[in-house]
Amino acid sequence: MSKSLLKVNNIEVVYNHVILALRGVTLDVEEGKVVSLLGANGSGKTTTLKACSNLLHAERGAITKGSIEYNDNDISKTDAYNLVKDGVVQVLEGRHCFSHLTVEENIMTGSFIRENPKEAKQDLERVYDHFERIRIRKKSLAGFTSGGEQQMIAMGRALMSRPKLILLDEPSMGLAPQLVEEIFAIVKNLNKEGVSFLIAEQNAMVALKYADDGYIIENGRVILKGKASELLERPDVKEMYLGVGAEGKTSFRDIKYYHRRKPSFS
Amino acid sequence: MDWVYLIEVLVGGLMSGVMYSLVAIGFVLIYKSSGIFNFAQGTMLLFASLTFVKMTENGIDFWTSLFIAAGIMVIFGIATERYVIRPLANQDLLALFMATVGLATFQEGFSQFVWDSDVHGLQMSKFLDIGLLDPAPIFMSDHIPWLDILIPKFDIFASLVAGSLIVVLAFFFQKTKTGLSLRAVSDDHMAAMAVGIPLQTVWAVVWAVTGVIALVAGLLWAERVSVSFTLIEAVMKALPVILIGGLTSIPGAIVGGLVIGVGEKLGEIYLADVFGGQGIELWFAYFMALIFLIFRPQGMFGEKLIERV
Amino acid sequence: MIYRETGNFVTNYFKDREIFPLKFDKIIVIIGLLFLYLYVPTTSEYTLSAHVVPILAVGLATVGLNILTGLTGQLSLGTAGFMCVGAFSTYNLMLRMPEDFMSLPVALLFSGIFAGIVGVIFGLPAIRIKGFYLLVSTLAAQYFVWWFFNSYAWFLNYETSGVVAIPPKMYDYWGLGNLLGIDMQGYPARYVLALTVCLALTYFAKNLLRSNTGRNFMSVRDRDIAASVMGISVPRTKLLAFFVSCFYCGVAGGLYSFCYIGNVDLMIYEIDRSFTILFMLIIGGLGSISGSWLGAIFVYEFLIVFTWVGDTIFQGAFNTAVVENVSNMVYGVFIIALLIREPGGFAALWATTKQKLRMWPYPH
Repeated sequence: MSKSLLKVNNIEVVYNHVILALRGVTLDVEEGKVVSLLGANGSGKTTTLKACSNLLHAERGAITKGSIEYNDNDISKTDAYNLVKDGVVQVLEGRHCFSHLTVEENIMTGSFIRENPKEAKQDLERVYDHFERIRIRKKSLAGFTSGGEQQMIAMGRALMSRPKLILLDEPSMGLAPQLVEEIFAIVKNLNKEGVSFLIAEQNAMVALKYADDGYIIENGRVILKGKASELLERPDVKEMYLGVGAEGKTSFRDIKYYHRRKPSFS
Repeated sequence: MDWVYLIEVLVGGLMSGVMYSLVAIGFVLIYKSSGIFNFAQGTMLLFASLTFVKMTENGIDFWTSLFIAAGIMVIFGIATERYVIRPLANQDLLALFMATVGLATFQEGFSQFVWDSDVHGLQMSKFLDIGLLDPAPIFMSDHIPWLDILIPKFDIFASLVAGSLIVVLAFFFQKTKTGLSLRAVSDDHMAAMAVGIPLQTVWAVVWAVTGVIALVAGLLWAERVSVSFTLIEAVMKALPVILIGGLTSIPGAIVGGLVIGVGEKLGEIYLADVFGGQGIELWFAYFMALIFLIFRPQGMFGEKLIERV
Repeated sequence: MIYRETGNFVTNYFKDREIFPLKFDKIIVIIGLLFLYLYVPTTSEYTLSAHVVPILAVGLATVGLNILTGLTGQLSLGTAGFMCVGAFSTYNLMLRMPEDFMSLPVALLFSGIFAGIVGVIFGLPAIRIKGFYLLVSTLAAQYFVWWFFNSYAWFLNYETSGVVAIPPKMYDYWGLGNLLGIDMQGYPARYVLALTVCLALTYFAKNLLRSNTGRNFMSVRDRDIAASVMGISVPRTKLLAFFVSCFYCGVAGGLYSFCYIGNVDLMIYEIDRSFTILFMLIIGGLGSISGSWLGAIFVYEFLIVFTWVGDTIFQGAFNTAVVENVSNMVYGVFIIALLIREPGGFAALWATTKQKLRMWPYPH
């Protein structure tokens, strides 16, 4: 059992004082592992990640119950940038590159917390080694690069802070399938170098293929968890998320929706 | 065509343009670091210069007054960031703009409540023994025989101040790490937070620096037009300046200022007969900016809007 | 229990699109109208002249600005300038047009159209310019209009003082007042006119919001490139928004001069007026018609109440300058606090409250 790097303990998140987004999510990211958080649109994946990075207040959200621990320290009160210093960095959904800065400047912004400029420059070279495709584009404005390049820029930017844990929010969004495989292969390489990952994804196939552990979240609750390889074999996961029923491709008419066995209050 | 007169008008326009630029620089600094259109720039000018003048009138010497006023502006800037800007990070930019309008209203009442609403004159040459502040003008004809115009030394001083501010700030934004992160912040607040940029700290610094710039600009304006409530209207004149130069461009602030300054002077002299009535300069500057923006919707040097659908 | 949003079964499309689908709401509206038309005109002249009528005029201008800035996303600081066009047009039309054709309601309509046309002219740059840069266009309008009416004394009928008191006969529509024996220049009559105009135009605005045109406005606000790709003509939509919005502002200006102040005066249409109306809009909530009215009522009453509180508590111990400065300070702080608490303004606060009430006693 490796040490637990990130522990999300039964958090409840409310937006704008009235909208309940997460109703008790519990997650565990062990050191050196890649964990996938799967779910449909609106299930609460992004909210979970933003809660971990403490970015909820910028969207008028707040954690109302539960706690989040990183390295056994409670981080629900830590400022977002201090979390980056501690080694937790998020790659936001939709990339959010700084469109008016060049590619290189974008990546360099990730090194703000670094003390040593020479090391930062070395890390820049390593980022270009990982993501060869953007090396040629380094002087273009990031706003004019393609979706795949922006994803690489955003990930490179995150790497500059030498993180121990990267939170990836829907890396496959808007990307061609080949590019998605490329990105996930890079994720696997980085994982071999010792970086842990928590990936929120809709593309269940790719996410479970490259992950060690998987969690499935629906309506703000975690409904399944286990080893990724086991989840891939489960018939209900196959039917719900991979579109493959017992008799081959299922028709939508036959799909069973997930119901909680106990009646819920909300 | 009286060339000498034309040159005198042009030079006069350039000089008054520099004055507008001084206010514009503060605007651009805040906009470039956060995307916020700071309507309170004019009231900051008023508050800063009023504080300084009241102190000197009460017998405190120039340099001490200057330091204390600068200190007060720094505290004000930090407080503004803490209580007004920080809670509104990542919100709609229009809401942030309105918050600065609220801030301006507050500052307007506060300055006049704490000090008073009278008009105060300011003559810095009484305090500072620098040749450049000497009220006597330079007779250009002493240097260039055919150029029979007068240039007040003060205007040269103001131009030097504005010029050095521009150079320092432009360098800061383009070449330093903090400058880069500020440009990033103005593009996307949330992404900047996610990447490890401490919004609080950098914004506190920016607002504090803007406060000090407001003090400098306020003093120079006070020398020209005295400190009074009407100083706030300097803001409304500075708007076309930044819109022409580009909201995100520091050198644009001075270029825009020069364009407006010269344009206004020319308009005043040559067009006033055509249009009749006074108060033409009120809308002339805005019309110039309007024509300009139709051809270049982001101003001369502003960043082009990048949209992905 | 009494107020139920459920159980409302509709049987045709017409009923499905009603603004007030619930019976309870309909009753409230009818009671409200009766109250406004039958009771309020009997209140004191002070209440009408100092509270109700000015709020009607300014509220209408706020609705107008809402159509431009809230619905279509075009930032505007020229509201007072367009109001000025409306006021001056009303006065000049009443002064110079034959009496049997032109009377106050008709003049208001035409002056709204004039203001709308001016709005379209100054809205043309919006086709190219976006964002904060667009301020230049409406500010140019504000200053230009002011200068224009200031320079050509013809508009004020060569009145040397710069202020024209509106003659009483302008208030009588086609001799109706004489016929019914009502003093048309009196505040109750002015109030009824203002109320009718405001109700009609607000109803129109609400329906505009829900119509295809309103949806076009909102799509231009949200993503104009996507809108144009879908087939919406962005320039035409923006100009239409300018026209409608400035129509409202023009009519509001006419109401302000005629029904409230009783004078045509340039001083009341300066840039601070534009800012005040923008305040009302933001505090009320962008994009919400009822929010605009709430914001107008609130901002207007705030200043009055504050001055009154200051006077009664401190018994005039402080001079007017101090009171004004302190009220500015409190006002500024209040706006900032409200924006922090709810950037969407009162409308958003109300929506959140309703949601909480629906879920009560559960928190969410």
